[in-house]
Amino acid sequence: MANLYTKKSADYKKIGPKRETINFLLNYSKALRVVDYEEIQFETLLN
Amino acid sequence: MEQLLQDSALVEQYLSGDENALETLINRHSQRVYSFIFSKVFDKDIAEDIFQDTFIKVIRTLKRGAYNEEGKFLPWVMRIAHNLIIDHFRKSMRMPKFEGNDDFNIFSVISDNALNVERQIIKDQVEDDVRKLIKELPQDQQEVLIMRMYKDMSFKEISEITGVSINTALGRMRYAIINLRKIVEKNNIVLTNQ
Repeated sequence: MANLYTKKSADYKKIGPKRETINFLLNYSKALRVVDYEEIQFETLLN
Repeated sequence: MEQLLQDSALVEQYLSGDENALETLINRHSQRVYSFIFSKVFDKDIAEDIFQDTFIKVIRTLKRGAYNEEGKFLPWVMRIAHNLIIDHFRKSMRMPKFEGNDDFNIFSVISDNALNVERQIIKDQVEDDVRKLIKELPQDQQEVLIMRMYKDMSFKEISEITGVSINTALGRMRYAIINLRKIVEKNNIVLTNQ
């Protein structure tokens, strides 16, 4: 099998959002409740 | 196709109250959505904010039961992100920064007209070569050419100094140029700074 002479860059870092941002979104989702009252929707954040 | 089905299945699970399904969805698409936003705004903090707002909108829409794009979760999220990016630029009324972007370098548009060191050396060499060539010309032609080109004198002044008519001075200049061209062609001399 042929040798590969290329190396992965040591600085290679995947671009993405911070862990805190994702945790915030998950907590926001858990806290958000949508209450239907007749034809009106109420959003409540239960923190 | 499997990925699309999985997305829609996860959305359904989330709508029925499974919060872990949302985590899977966010983790699966976070890089793609974030990279898309970052490629437009070129700022990590702004990209982070828009990413967060995108998913807040996703969560609210899902919880309100207003999501109706079965099987097209990612394109829907991308569209929300795209709209929020447009909102961001409308609000800030600023153009995206170009610095630090490999695709576009502002210095490729704004050029520096001054010669670089290499070109300056070539220019000096060319000028030096031309001076040597002038020395090959007959004395009368050489005289007129130097007065006209290097001393910036008018043909009237040249004719007065050399004691010939203006027409003769013009003729000598013309022959000087023709002869210079002949010498250049004969000796295959390259006088260029490209």
